Amino acid sequence: MSSSDVTRDGQQGVHPGRDALTGRNHRRKGRRGERAMVPDAEFTSYYGKPVLNPPVWKPVDIAGYFFLGGLAGGSSLLAAGAEATARPALARVGKVGAFGAISLSLVALVEDLGRPARFINMLRVFKPTSPMNLGSWLLAVYAPLTGAAMVSDLARRLPRVGHAATAAAAALGPAVATYTAVLVADTAVPAWHGAYPEMPFAFAGSGLSAAGGLGLLAAPLSESGPALRLSVLGGAMEVAALRRMEHRLGEAAEPYSNGSSGTLMKAAEAATAAGIILGQLGRRRRVLRAIAGGALVGASALTRLGIFQAGMESARNPKYTVTPQRTRLKDRDIS
Amino acid sequence: MERDESPNARSGADHADHPPRMGFFTDTSVCIGCKACEVACKEWNAIPEDGLNFTGMSYDNTGGLGADSWRHVAFIEQRKPLALQESGVAHDGMDVAGLAPEGSGTAPAEAEMTPTTPGTPSPDGRTELRWLMSSDVCKHCTHAACLDVCPTGSLFRTEFGTVVVQEDICNGCGYCIPACPYGVIDQRKEDGRAWKCTMCYDRLGEGMEPACAQACPTDSIQFGPLEELRERAQGRVGQLVEAGVTDARLYGEDPSDGVGGAGAFFLLLDEPEVYGLPPDPVVTTRDLPAMWKHAAVAAGTAVLAVVAAFAGRP
Repeated sequence: MSSSDVTRDGQQGVHPGRDALTGRNHRRKGRRGERAMVPDAEFTSYYGKPVLNPPVWKPVDIAGYFFLGGLAGGSSLLAAGAEATARPALARVGKVGAFGAISLSLVALVEDLGRPARFINMLRVFKPTSPMNLGSWLLAVYAPLTGAAMVSDLARRLPRVGHAATAAAAALGPAVATYTAVLVADTAVPAWHGAYPEMPFAFAGSGLSAAGGLGLLAAPLSESGPALRLSVLGGAMEVAALRRMEHRLGEAAEPYSNGSSGTLMKAAEAATAAGIILGQLGRRRRVLRAIAGGALVGASALTRLGIFQAGMESARNPKYTVTPQRTRLKDRDIS
Repeated sequence: MERDESPNARSGADHADHPPRMGFFTDTSVCIGCKACEVACKEWNAIPEDGLNFTGMSYDNTGGLGADSWRHVAFIEQRKPLALQESGVAHDGMDVAGLAPEGSGTAPAEAEMTPTTPGTPSPDGRTELRWLMSSDVCKHCTHAACLDVCPTGSLFRTEFGTVVVQEDICNGCGYCIPACPYGVIDQRKEDGRAWKCTMCYDRLGEGMEPACAQACPTDSIQFGPLEELRERAQGRVGQLVEAGVTDARLYGEDPSDGVGGAGAFFLLLDEPEVYGLPPDPVVTTRDLPAMWKHAAVAAGTAVLAVVAAFAGRP
């Protein structure tokens, strides 16, 4: 773009890069192995620069915060279910899992702040328009409940308080597992915002699947039946939600199937399937069930990382911002 | 601008008896790309240097708005005519290189051609060159996504209707950054907090105009009460279209658009995306109630899944 097309012999034929200066889309050439399924829609950009400023969140911190929140919320539900059906070992796994996961989740969130020392400013106001603010209040109530449930169980003290804390944590668990879906969707990032109807189902399913995985990993065979069933239901919910979202969004959902984010999503789906199959095969084999559980927990982490990276990709490429808005304007003109 | 001395001007969130909403009207048709706005903004707001880069994007080495660039002049070179503009740079039929050895000893009056001699237009009168320049800035939206999603209340609406970050509150969560549909606000890496244009809140309070508007030598950046600016802009766009600049259009002036109208709006000479602006931005929180509804249904489904997993079988 920096080379001139004016020489001492007068103007030369139009330099191909020079056309880009009018703001036309310059497509990347020679990328191996990638062919667009749909021809690129005509769109214009400013030197191919993104319209949005992509998130500055660190992938491991924030994808980890989503994953651990889902695991915690699911584990609280698992613990309450196990307690209600007299499965004490599975209940303990759920309680320890919920407290451990939500603690790490908070660490990841604080670690990612530009000013970690000011974390407490999150609770300076109560602001319903900010999912991050509501989430902070939610965690401020939920995290101590998981702690109380776990301590009461491990110390075998105050069983009534423990039961109440377990039940209260389970009541908040679904909110803990889904509010992060609202948090990502409530941005201008096209792949996240456009996915808002399905994202909470994907997040809830992924959290349940991970919690089931934790049960398979850590609870004895005699009690892990419901954990496997929870993983199957959660995994199905997650995969169905993501498929539906990709189908509905079309081009805007490309980052979920293409590139490195697409690879993460495919790996997550494969790990979920592998975990469920191994879990079924391991009805009488503790080791197989543990491997299955590990695969399911890992699959949930991969899903969140894939969703995170897909959002980053969709924010970085102006095509995903401009084309849907152009289409919207055109449709509005017609109607 | 008169300083607003009313007792309520700086108190209370509802700003009863507040000064009129202030804004920017950036008329890009008279922008000359001098970047005085960028410099004035950096100087007044003491914004740190953020890299001396060569981008190769025409004269734009700033790149875009961010934590350390609150004004950004875009430069777009196009092979399109600007209506009624005669750039006078065509040298068709003139062997410039051949003329060079003859030196420049000819007195201008006798010279066949001087640097200011009009060139020969192409048959259709076109000179096929147009250089668009536009000074971009925070839009200070009526419905501001950055302000809505800020979890600490660091971002707030001033009595002038502008949107400002309180840097002593911001904890650097970064949520405002992907929330902005224009890619304006960003995190200052070495500092951790989010920064953007304040429309010189400190100057406004003293009855002064923002630094960029004051520095603009062509009045491409106009500052004033938003209502007044909107009227002026309508007049200007009508004038340009009448003069044959049919590309002229306003961007962000419509209170019924996706952000409820921008406090800083523009007169553009091409589609918004040519300047790196979104063609139809929508405040993300418009869909927030629907998002929570879906989340509630998903949460209910999760509870049902748990009940199903524990029901019956061992």
